[in-house]
Amino acid sequence: MAKDVAVIGVGQSSFVRGYEGSIRELAFESFREAMQDAGITQKDVDASVFCSAPEYDKQRSPAGVMAEYLGLIPQPTFYIETVCSSSSSGVKVAYSMIKSGLHDIVVVLGFQKMSEITSAESQERMGRGADIQWEAPFGTMMPAYYALYARAYMANHGLTHDDLMAVRLKSATYGVINERAVYRKGVKPEDFDPKNPDAKLAGPVAWPLRVGDCCANADGSSCIILANAKKVKAISKKPIWILGIGAASEAVNMAARPDFAKGLSVGYGAANQAYKMAKITAKDVDVAEVHDCFTIAEIMAYEGLGFAKVGEGKELIKAKETYKEGRIPVNVDGGLLSKGHPIGATGGSQIRTIVLQLRREAGPMQVKDPEIGLVHNVGGVGLYGNVTIFGR
Amino acid sequence: MGFEKFGRKSFTGITKTAKFVDFLVEGKVEGTVCKKCGAKFFPPRADCSVCLSKEMDWFEMPKNGKLETFTTAMYAPFGFEADPPYTMGVVDFGGGLKLFARLAKDIKPEDASVGMAVAIRTMKYDDGQMSFEIVKA
Repeated sequence: MAKDVAVIGVGQSSFVRGYEGSIRELAFESFREAMQDAGITQKDVDASVFCSAPEYDKQRSPAGVMAEYLGLIPQPTFYIETVCSSSSSGVKVAYSMIKSGLHDIVVVLGFQKMSEITSAESQERMGRGADIQWEAPFGTMMPAYYALYARAYMANHGLTHDDLMAVRLKSATYGVINERAVYRKGVKPEDFDPKNPDAKLAGPVAWPLRVGDCCANADGSSCIILANAKKVKAISKKPIWILGIGAASEAVNMAARPDFAKGLSVGYGAANQAYKMAKITAKDVDVAEVHDCFTIAEIMAYEGLGFAKVGEGKELIKAKETYKEGRIPVNVDGGLLSKGHPIGATGGSQIRTIVLQLRREAGPMQVKDPEIGLVHNVGGVGLYGNVTIFGR
Repeated sequence: MGFEKFGRKSFTGITKTAKFVDFLVEGKVEGTVCKKCGAKFFPPRADCSVCLSKEMDWFEMPKNGKLETFTTAMYAPFGFEADPPYTMGVVDFGGGLKLFARLAKDIKPEDASVGMAVAIRTMKYDDGQMSFEIVKA
């Protein structure tokens, strides 16, 4: 496994509803933490990459504005976008910039302030992250798209509502102990019971998905600082190396999806590339962060990553194998479901979690002695997929 | 007819495939087929992604297929607030042709099932917007 590019600093703002500041101030929160973590100053940074999904705030071309606010001018800066996977795409680009020899240290900053618009407006934006010419005219939205997959899994693999709920119960377990999570309340099965008048998570959103099957919108930012081996040797005491990177894309329109009962093809494609590059298999992964924008998405991720066979992902969560003490702990920071999903910040936040895990700095969420960690970050309805593998 | 007439609410005004809406008015749901390599597309494309030809013909989609999956939206995005609940699904016609649309209001969600035989038909909303929908076969 080549050790050419490492993460030398990580930062994340708290994920909140209604951040009391502007997007540049939100970016500053994670940037400051990552810079202090890396122990460097702005003059050490050669370039910066900013990542978000467009149209949540009014700023066009945010990279220049933010680079100035963070003290990163006159170095080169630009913007990367793959909706929900923007910041893991940014990390892939930064990796390439460093591996090519062009730059030594690159900052990747993901941000999103979703609270500037209403929930209905947000659904409309997300729907337009899919096919605006042929699908959005039907009134599509993200929960409905993922519900198509959930329905296919129920019909073809015997997936049940209880299986989906089990994913949420797990994420909530860790959301409670993650101080940076937006949803810190515990979740009980009664919360999903339609017969319980106080059940807050039982209401249908896009059937068969319920409120509790959907991730929480949030405002947040994340920052990942990458460096080449020479800089790592000079300045970093706790580098976490990028061992493998994979990325894939898929047809936007549901009419071109080959098989809804097999999950998202980008998960398989990106994972296979990343495993091959890292020269490992799924069995070697000790801790993972996967893109659980909806409960069904986590089950599909288990299968795409090879933690389970197609149709058998539900067995992993039933047996609690993806809990902190299980065979392959997944999303033990609360995941998108409980930690929250500030779109452009999500991939970087997942990477931060894995870096802290591999450094053994994850506090109450710490998994026992992980050596290899994996991040699975999906953009849109499996339109984009990034899998990144990290090691000590 | 312009493409702004397509669907409950169109987000695209101009496209080389705007004739699709004229076909809807005639009661037909059409895809495109590449004159050079024969690749078939739905939704329609003006350009072939297989052989990069710009010469396309229209063809009428099969009438009957199977419902591969579906969902009932209980909330709606901005601009569709008057519509919920509405059910959307994917029809598989075989041979690589599929289609995404809403299910007709006369199919109750509890009566829909994965694998059920369905057909497609064109429809017109009260405000004159043109679309197509999934109906029982």
